[in-house]
Amino acid sequence: MTAPVPKLSFADRRANWDVKLSPFGFISPYFLIFGVFGLFPLLYTAFVSLQKRNLLDAEGAKFIGLENYRQLLFHDPYFWNAMGNTVSLWLLTTIPQILFALGIAHLLNRRLRGRTLFRTGMILPNITSVAAVTIIFAQLFGRDFGLVNWVLSWFGAGHVDWQAGTASSHAAIASMVVWRWTGYHALIFLASMQAIPSSLYEAATLDGAKGHQQFLRITVPLLRPQIIFSTVIATTGNMRLLAEPLLFNPGTAAATGGSDRQFQTAALYLYEQGFSKYDFGYSSAVALLLAIATMLVAGVAYLVTRRIQTD
Amino acid sequence: MSTVLTSAPPAAARPPSRTRRFTQRVTSPWTYAALIAILAGSAFPVYWSFVVSSQTPDAVGSVPPVLVPGGHLFENIARVFDETNFGLALANSVIVSGTITLSVVLFSTLAGFAFAKMRFRGRTLLLLLVVATQAIPTELGVVPLYIMMADFGWAGQLQAVIVPGLVTAFGVFFMRQYFERALPLELLEAGRMDGCGSLRLFWHVALPTARPAAAVLGLFTFMQAWNDFFWPLVVLVPENPTVQTALSTLASGYTTDYTLVLTAATLGTIPVLVVFLLFGRQIVGGIMQGALKG
Repeated sequence: MTAPVPKLSFADRRANWDVKLSPFGFISPYFLIFGVFGLFPLLYTAFVSLQKRNLLDAEGAKFIGLENYRQLLFHDPYFWNAMGNTVSLWLLTTIPQILFALGIAHLLNRRLRGRTLFRTGMILPNITSVAAVTIIFAQLFGRDFGLVNWVLSWFGAGHVDWQAGTASSHAAIASMVVWRWTGYHALIFLASMQAIPSSLYEAATLDGAKGHQQFLRITVPLLRPQIIFSTVIATTGNMRLLAEPLLFNPGTAAATGGSDRQFQTAALYLYEQGFSKYDFGYSSAVALLLAIATMLVAGVAYLVTRRIQTD
Repeated sequence: MSTVLTSAPPAAARPPSRTRRFTQRVTSPWTYAALIAILAGSAFPVYWSFVVSSQTPDAVGSVPPVLVPGGHLFENIARVFDETNFGLALANSVIVSGTITLSVVLFSTLAGFAFAKMRFRGRTLLLLLVVATQAIPTELGVVPLYIMMADFGWAGQLQAVIVPGLVTAFGVFFMRQYFERALPLELLEAGRMDGCGSLRLFWHVALPTARPAAAVLGLFTFMQAWNDFFWPLVVLVPENPTVQTALSTLASGYTTDYTLVLTAATLGTIPVLVVFLLFGRQIVGGIMQGALKG
């Protein structure tokens, strides 16, 4: 702190050392733990993905270059099936989440009695655990005694075997995700809606613009940054769906995402390869490809949402 | 907007009357109806799980389904603790979430304080690193992390879940933002004049200032740690579970007793529900400030 003077007392020197070194002491726990248990495993994934490394094989790890990737990309229909399911579920979850959230935020942005109750109620699904929620939903979507089929039977539908089909299982899983995350995005949107000056709406009202016109031409364009943010967050989350498909059909076929792999996502395939077949090399290759796919899809989502018109 | 005006029929172009402006300000009953319906939809699965856990096992298979609570809740809870190792799971979850919460709050406050109020070499770069790592999905490194834990002999043990969770980039960044705003430099300089070392400054000046933000961070960290599923599922064994992995084991038995499973699910949700009832306002506030990410 002070300019160096010829003779420093011990106390002064200690104070100098303190000022210089303690910041590093303060940040070191974070960097040490994160480095060892966060960053290192990430980098190590790339290395393991180039190995033939199976816990169930007696021989240890063997370097095989890009063999895992060649196998995955060109000779593994299960991988492509899982990627297809991932993209399907991404579309079925992300788009409804954002649209419903916009609608709900619009409703919440009015003068309301019991505002706090409504707001906190919206976030209730988000704070419950994904394991509990999925088990509950799996019951609701049961074939014989499920509540959803019971309600559908009023309309003459009913007795859908939700887990059996590709479309029906995707719809059921998507409904869990949408239920869980819509309120979260609605609150993010609500926060920025409240920052929109009311004079804009007053002017629009004077111009004779109806409620839905104001919503589409003022609210949505001004919310563009939050819509982009929410879409990208939802995309990265939904590309990694694992717990929902894993617990939707718990039991022997859990890791395969249904008897026919009809709802096995890429993250679940990673889990199956890594932790039910213990094929660590192959699983790591799936992890890296999934990361690349996620970045690509998030990029697409970003470009699409960026095109929301602004006046 | 001007196009709307010019294309509108003359009748609509006249200045809006007082009553019309008034009706636009007052929220219609339809809004309330819609919001109440959404609220009911939000709460229903949790409510229904509670209903099933208060009924006898044959209620699960009844048509039409039961929709009101019965009187068997405590019986079922007793059954969960008798027939499964859910007691151990609850204790494990309390240990894991508690340790992680304390540690994240302490280390985030330390690092956040240093980043906000202390000058040192490479500060900007290191902070940038913290922010960048927030975006990395940790699930990606799950295989090597498992290999490491197996090498340490930690697989199946609680420390395998606890140690990687001890710090979060989000926590550091969150506390740094708070200190940046809430802690005046003069206060720290005054402390230095009085001969306080850095550690004492942190303990007696920074930490008390940080209390509100630390509470919010602790709240979010606890809920996230309590609900964490993937990593505990990978690294723990069914004999030593957390609540979430115990649920998954329970649900995947050959003959599944769904009353038992849903009672356990209800029990596992109660801690977060309690936190939610006590701090719902703060949670909503945190999300609306963009503080909480999923």
